[in-house]
Amino acid sequence: MDFYSFLIQLLNGLQYGLLLFLVASGLTLVFGIMGIINLAHGSFYMVGAYLAFSLAALTGNLLTAVLLGVTLSVLLGMLLEWLFYRHLYARDHLYQVLMTYGLILVFEELRSILWGDDVHGVAVPVFLSGSIPLTDNLSYPVYRLAISGICLLLAGGLYWLIRKTRLGMMIRAGAANREMAQALGINIEWLYTVVFALGLTLAAFAGMIAAPVSSVYPNMGGEVIIISFVVVVIGGIGSVWGALLAAILIGMSDTFGKVLLPEYAGMTTYLLMALVLLWRPEGLFRRT
Amino acid sequence: MAEPLLQATGLHTYYGASHILHGVDFRIGSGEAIGLMGRNGMGKTTLIRSLLGHVQPRRGAVRWRGADITQAAAHRIARLGVAYVPEGRGIFPNLTVKENLIMAARAGLDGRCEWTLERILQTFPRLAERLSHGGGQLSGGEQQMLTIGRALMTNPELLILDEATEGLAPLIARDIWQIIRSIRGCGIATVIVDKNYGALLELVDRCVVMVKGRVVFDDDAARLSDEIVQKYLGV
Repeated sequence: MDFYSFLIQLLNGLQYGLLLFLVASGLTLVFGIMGIINLAHGSFYMVGAYLAFSLAALTGNLLTAVLLGVTLSVLLGMLLEWLFYRHLYARDHLYQVLMTYGLILVFEELRSILWGDDVHGVAVPVFLSGSIPLTDNLSYPVYRLAISGICLLLAGGLYWLIRKTRLGMMIRAGAANREMAQALGINIEWLYTVVFALGLTLAAFAGMIAAPVSSVYPNMGGEVIIISFVVVVIGGIGSVWGALLAAILIGMSDTFGKVLLPEYAGMTTYLLMALVLLWRPEGLFRRT
Repeated sequence: MAEPLLQATGLHTYYGASHILHGVDFRIGSGEAIGLMGRNGMGKTTLIRSLLGHVQPRRGAVRWRGADITQAAAHRIARLGVAYVPEGRGIFPNLTVKENLIMAARAGLDGRCEWTLERILQTFPRLAERLSHGGGQLSGGEQQMLTIGRALMTNPELLILDEATEGLAPLIARDIWQIIRSIRGCGIATVIVDKNYGALLELVDRCVVMVKGRVVFDDDAARLSDEIVQKYLGV
C-alpha cells in the first residue's frame, strides 16, 4: 500500500470512527447519567437519515434540512423521554431492554409506513461536493473531510458542555447523587429530559450527515446500534472520552481490516473488543 | 406571633409500609436556631426529608411563609431558600471542589448575594488550597466544610445541618462548630442535628426532641431538663 492509499484509508477510518462517536456518545451519556440501556438509540440514527432524505427533498438543501432535522430531533427527544423513558429510570435493566426493543419495532414499522422499504440517496451539498486530488488518479471527497471536521467540532463542544459549563456540572452532579442535586435546587427531571434529547439529537445528527455517503435504507439503525454498543463497552460504559477513543479505534480497525485482511474483516472489531476487555474488563475509561 | 418561616403540622410519613412519623408538628421562625434531638432511628432525618420534599408525607402539611409546599418538588423547595447539609455529606466526588461550590451558586431571594465564592474561601481557607482537587479526594473534615460551603452558596434563609460533625476528629469538629456559630451570627435560620448536646445547646434557641416518630419536647433550650435528657436521649 503506498502512502496516498494509506492516507485515504486513514481518513476513511477516522471519518467512520468519528461518526460512530456521535452515535455512541449519546448512548453512553444516557446510560452514564440516567442508567438507561437504550436499544432504540440506533433507530434515532435512522430517523435522522430519513429526516435528512425527506427534508432535503422538501427544501432542496441539505443544510436547511439538517437545521430543521436537528430541531425536530430535539422535540422528538423531549417527547419520547416524557412519554416513555422517564418511567424506566427506577426500573431494572430488563424492563429497559424490553421497552426499547419494542420501540425499535415501532420505529421500523413507522419507517416502512411513512417511507417504504426502498433505498434512497441524499445529494451532497454543492459547495462540499468536490474532491481534493492527491495523485494523478487518487482524490479524496471534501464531504468526508467535512464530516470528520464537524464531528471533531461536536466532540469539542461536548467536552466544553460537560466539563466547563454550569449545565455540565449539574449533569455530572445529578449523575453522582440525584437527591443531593435536587436539594441544591436542580430540577433533575428537566435535566434528564435535556440529556436525553441531547443524546437522541447527536445520533439523529450523525444519521443526517452520514446519509449522503451511506445512503438511507431500512434497518440502518440495527447495524449502527450493535457497533455503538461495542464502542461504549470498549470505551468504558458511561465515559464519553472513552467512547471517542474507542470509536476511532473501531473505525481504524474496521477500515484497515477490510483492506489488509479482507477475509476476516467481519471479525476485526469484535476481536478488538475481546482483546480490550481481556486487558481491561471495565473498558478503557471510567464513567465521565 | 410572627408567621413562621417553615411550619409542618401533623406530618405522617411512611417508608413503604412502615409508619415513621406519627403526626409531627414543627416550626421555625426567621433567624431562629433549633436543635433537633433524639436517639438514632427516632425520625429526625425522616422529618428533614419530609420538610425538604424528598419524601411526601401521607398526611399533614408543610408551609413556607404560609404557602403550602407539601406536594412541592424538592428542587422547588430548595429554591425557596432551604439548604441542606446531609448526613454522610453528599459531596459530588466527580466534581472538583470549585465545581461543587459554583454549581450551587444562587443569589438570595431578595436579590442579595451575600455568600460568594470569595467569602466561602475566606471562611474555609482549606478549601481554597484544594480548589482543583476532586471532591472525592478530600478528607472527611474538608468534605464537611465543602458541603457547608456549598449549602451557603445557595444563599439560604434556612440551613439544615444533619450530623455535621459526625465521625470527625475532635479538633476538626471544633472548627465546624466555630463555623456554624459564625453562620448563626449572620441571621440564617438553622436546624441542627448533632450528638454533641453540649455544643448544640450552647448554640440553639429552642430544642425539639423526637421519640419514635413523635415530638416529646419542644421548648426553649434552657428548659431542657436533665430528666428529659436522661429519659429521651439517654446520655
